[in-house]
Amino acid sequence: MKKISILSKLYLLLVMLFLYVPIFVLIVFSFNTTKSHSHMSGFTFDWYVKLFHNKLILRSLLNTIIVAVTASVCATILGTAAAVGINSMKKIPKAVTLNVNNIPVINPEIVMGVSMMLLFVFFAARMNFEFGFVTLIIAHITFNVPYVVLNIMPKFRQMNPNVYEAAQDLGCSPAQAFFKVILPEIMPGILSGLMMSFTFSLDDFVVSYFTNGSQAQTLPITIYSMTRRKVSPEINALSTIIFLVVIAILVSKNIYERKSAAKKGVKL
Amino acid sequence: MKKVVSAPYLIWMAIFVIVPLLMVAYFAFFKDGHFTLDYVANVSQYSNIFIRSIWLAAIATAICLVIAYPVAMILSEMDTKYQGTILMIVMLPMWMNFLLRTYAWMTILGNNGILNQFFGFFGLGPFKMLNTQGAVVLGMVYNYIPFMLLPIYNVIAKIDKSVLEAAQDLGCNRAQVILKTILPLSMPGIMSGITMVFVPAISTFIISRMLGGGGNLLIGDLIEMQFLGNSYNPNLGAAISLVLMVIVLLIMTLMNQFDADDDRPLI
Repeated sequence: MKKISILSKLYLLLVMLFLYVPIFVLIVFSFNTTKSHSHMSGFTFDWYVKLFHNKLILRSLLNTIIVAVTASVCATILGTAAAVGINSMKKIPKAVTLNVNNIPVINPEIVMGVSMMLLFVFFAARMNFEFGFVTLIIAHITFNVPYVVLNIMPKFRQMNPNVYEAAQDLGCSPAQAFFKVILPEIMPGILSGLMMSFTFSLDDFVVSYFTNGSQAQTLPITIYSMTRRKVSPEINALSTIIFLVVIAILVSKNIYERKSAAKKGVKL
Repeated sequence: MKKVVSAPYLIWMAIFVIVPLLMVAYFAFFKDGHFTLDYVANVSQYSNIFIRSIWLAAIATAICLVIAYPVAMILSEMDTKYQGTILMIVMLPMWMNFLLRTYAWMTILGNNGILNQFFGFFGLGPFKMLNTQGAVVLGMVYNYIPFMLLPIYNVIAKIDKSVLEAAQDLGCNRAQVILKTILPLSMPGIMSGITMVFVPAISTFIISRMLGGGGNLLIGDLIEMQFLGNSYNPNLGAAISLVLMVIVLLIMTLMNQFDADDDRPLI
């Protein structure tokens, strides 16, 4: 393998600087004693203390987790069943379904949000309900399901279709054959679909913005309203914490994957 | 029999994907139950906003491509041991909420921001950087560059190294190898990268609002204003959304012309 030239390293470094400098600026000023974003006047943890006493932020953090967990679990169940069904469809219905499945993936987020808002407004007026958790979770499930399906479908393609029949020949009922043969085969797809849905839900702003009610503000929506009003270093403190959590998750995921890869290597 | 299990999904998609889109079309074309082209015709009043959105999104996409392509190439030339780690480091900022990332630029570009402090140190400025079109493009590039990098890297990493060696054996220098083998072979990655940056860039409303001030409205802002903002008019909003969808579909069809490979990864 060729050595990477100094020039290439320098270029990578520049790109990394571009990507990381804004985040480090946020972090540095979360420790500032004043609200200035350009002058460091002293070091303090005050903004972190304030953050943890900010009921609105804590409440919306809880809301975000409730919505993300519910939506990603529902989307995974719905999507797994869907993938099983789609896999046994004939060519044309299969192609049509997969095309419909792609609509939320390729459609601009804002159009997704607006179209669902129109639907919910229509029903809210007739069935007397308010925007809130229900509309938010429905919207999140809707943009998550396609990714679950897309994560599982390739697993079916890699699977030998004869094993399912073999299991039945050996005395399994269709349900047993499904749980003992098919489910383990598609499990990696299900899990990555679940993880993807969960992260999309945690992070979503645009669709939530159009479908949430005042009762169910999620963290991104609270952050948005914070950036609209007077700018407080509490946001910086929040960013710092989120950044550390993200690093912790990614690093542990990486270590875990490396370990399991090493294990597999030994087995083989 | 197994087909039955996908029924809940099919019903769900029909109610929450197809019906809402049909409602958008209904709102765009019907006024009090009567067919009308007024709203769609009214969209043309905002052609300057459409042109600005397409223009800024196109510039941002081009910059993303120019920055990300060399990164993808350098990554793929590295020792495979480190590729995953470096890729993770490059992708890590993307996991921060994009509102926070955009907010970071607000504090950097502001009139009293870090950059103007820095320029002031040399007796320059202050420059007006926040609330300009340049700031909007910067925000787009910063937020969407991973969407350009990943598909290109995925394609380049899979290129058979012996093809590149063969090109060298046949007398290509480094530049020719890149132009005649890597570039054509990475076309599918470039095309999906372009779509994945252009589509969110053209429809954003946060970046333009936070970094562009009030003067650099994009299509997304226009739509948002019709539904949640001051100028409440869902019919016009639906018509604008419809036009936006058509633009996006056109771009995607155009990009798919170059890219017949169905097997490429989604992200």
